[in-house]
Amino acid sequence: MSENLFNRVWDLHTVTTLPTGQDQLFIGLHLIHEVTSPQAFQMIEERGLEVLYPQRTIATVDHIVPTDNQERPFADPLAEHMMQALEQNTKRHGIEFFDLTTEHQGIVHVVGPELGATQPGMTIACGDSHTSTHGAFGAIAFGIGTSQIRDVLATQCLAMARPRVRRIQVNGTLAPGVSAKDIILRIIADLGVKGGIGYAYEYGGGAIDALSMEGRMTVCNMSIEGGARVGYVNPDDTTFEYLRGRRYAPRGEAFDRAVGWWRSLASGPDAEYDDVYELDASSLEPMVTWGINPGQAISVSERMPRVESLPPDAREVAASAYRHMGFDDGSPIAGTKISVAFIGSCTNARISDLREAARIAEGKSVSPGVRAFVVPGSKQVALQAQQEGLPDVFERAGFQWRAAGCSMCLAMNADKLEGREICASSSNRNFIGRQGSPTGRTLLMSPAMVAAAAIAGEVTDVRRLAATTVS
Amino acid sequence: MSTRSPAVNRIVGTGIAVRGNDIDTDRIIPARYMKVVTFDGLGEYAFRDVRYDESGVMTVHPFNEPAYRDAAILIVNKNFGCGSSREHAPQALMRWGIRAIVGESFAEIFAGNCNALGIPAVSADEEAVESLMRGVELDPSARIEVDLVARQVRCGEASYPLDFAETYRQSLLTGNWDSTAVLLANREAIEATASLLPYVRGFSA
Repeated sequence: MSENLFNRVWDLHTVTTLPTGQDQLFIGLHLIHEVTSPQAFQMIEERGLEVLYPQRTIATVDHIVPTDNQERPFADPLAEHMMQALEQNTKRHGIEFFDLTTEHQGIVHVVGPELGATQPGMTIACGDSHTSTHGAFGAIAFGIGTSQIRDVLATQCLAMARPRVRRIQVNGTLAPGVSAKDIILRIIADLGVKGGIGYAYEYGGGAIDALSMEGRMTVCNMSIEGGARVGYVNPDDTTFEYLRGRRYAPRGEAFDRAVGWWRSLASGPDAEYDDVYELDASSLEPMVTWGINPGQAISVSERMPRVESLPPDAREVAASAYRHMGFDDGSPIAGTKISVAFIGSCTNARISDLREAARIAEGKSVSPGVRAFVVPGSKQVALQAQQEGLPDVFERAGFQWRAAGCSMCLAMNADKLEGREICASSSNRNFIGRQGSPTGRTLLMSPAMVAAAAIAGEVTDVRRLAATTVS
Repeated sequence: MSTRSPAVNRIVGTGIAVRGNDIDTDRIIPARYMKVVTFDGLGEYAFRDVRYDESGVMTVHPFNEPAYRDAAILIVNKNFGCGSSREHAPQALMRWGIRAIVGESFAEIFAGNCNALGIPAVSADEEAVESLMRGVELDPSARIEVDLVARQVRCGEASYPLDFAETYRQSLLTGNWDSTAVLLANREAIEATASLLPYVRGFSA
């Protein structure tokens, strides 16, 4: 038996064991944004501390940026204030800031990988729970709170207890029309929203190996929705080819040496785990959530579960989900009318996501009465999409094409649901109020499924819509 | 600069129960109240969207009841604090007056954020939580004691064992829950660890 990647990387980054029993973990890459960092800078300044390794922190702005008019000052004075705080803090402490004037602004979890800053074998922290995204590269990446951002700024370290490691073995091959989003929604539905507490998830198996880096990022991104703070995939040739030539990736012979080291970290076939869970990808169908947490998900062809058929401790949350959603248990999810379609977020706003959605939208029209948005994950994604003519495809179909940001995933800018609107969303959370209206309703699904829902005006199996396109 | 934060051994106060599993941080503090650069004043927005209906009318919610206004110990069910890493959630609860949380289980990032503020988020079994909830619902003035030394939570004559990560317990008992100074004290070891990492060395030969 041999060590898994998680324990190898953890050990390499352990500075010492603290008297509390926690490990002092060195953080290789720290990512910051405007929402969770200002108080941390204030705390270190109040204590007369400096940023210990300013070159190991990268900043961008994503949560509050408007996706329509980005002229400064922003129309929302609160957003403008947060933007200015980040500008001042990064300037004062010598931290590189990819702001709206650069070509690398975007959602922090899209930008890090795009820059090649996210690399295998690193520890990565960010004041955002979806930091698990970066685990797709074979890094240990996790979300932290603001007091911990203070710790990373001042010491480049965190005090952490080592979690256990669960291997999630995804065998088989995905059927056409089924995507990475469906894999992770199935895992969360099977293991539950708290099933991963205390665990790091290692995703592997044929279906994971076959995914692009973007698909792997989608899977790792939602680890936290299953309770696992960390999710990762072992690095392989797909990882190395993605990184080659990117801004912060090593070059020339250094790249070759890096690949050698990265390979040496990957869990071997005889690696040891605290737990193993297996899933057959070939039986998966497109998934849709029907409730108020990401674990409340079913295949698009299924009926919403009867409350009494659920385990006792899931019934209360299911009943409140049905009350909020206004759905009847036992009804099919397909055919649910929607009023908003949102393609975006750190889960599904990368170029491959937009390509898949555009393929569905091409030559079709958004159903009358549906507001449909495409919000690219970063400026680089937007530029690439423009080169491929995707904004035209979307706009001709009746989607609005917006500028990069978190947008309607959590509605900290002007993009919000109104009243009890139902939104087909490629984002990660269907919590009550998440998309900006306390009574709004969210159905999570893959970007292709969102595009299909926008066109049909209701939840529909993207494979059927795709089939009519072919004929 | 002192290396210690105040020790947290036992918290005594009245309780407040918020029932329900999987209460996420968006519910504890909706994102629209996070457009701020300080945590000041977040207390009044704790559970904002469940405390008021669409037209701004106050609902029936324990955080709206004057009888619980001085409560210091929040009692919750399973997977409390799931979702976003926003420290704004425990900050809002702390600024409202909460000093300890007793629940069946907690989301990991939330529990860590609580600990970093010196707020123990401790677990008790389903039966204990149910009887604590019933206790404070029947008598809002009932005193609850969260005793980290004895690993017990007490209410009246009743006493229940607590399940709490030993690392968190030690950090609170020894006054090391604010970890910045503790970490920075090992500065030489930090540099030594960093200098051995191939990527910090630029993958030099």
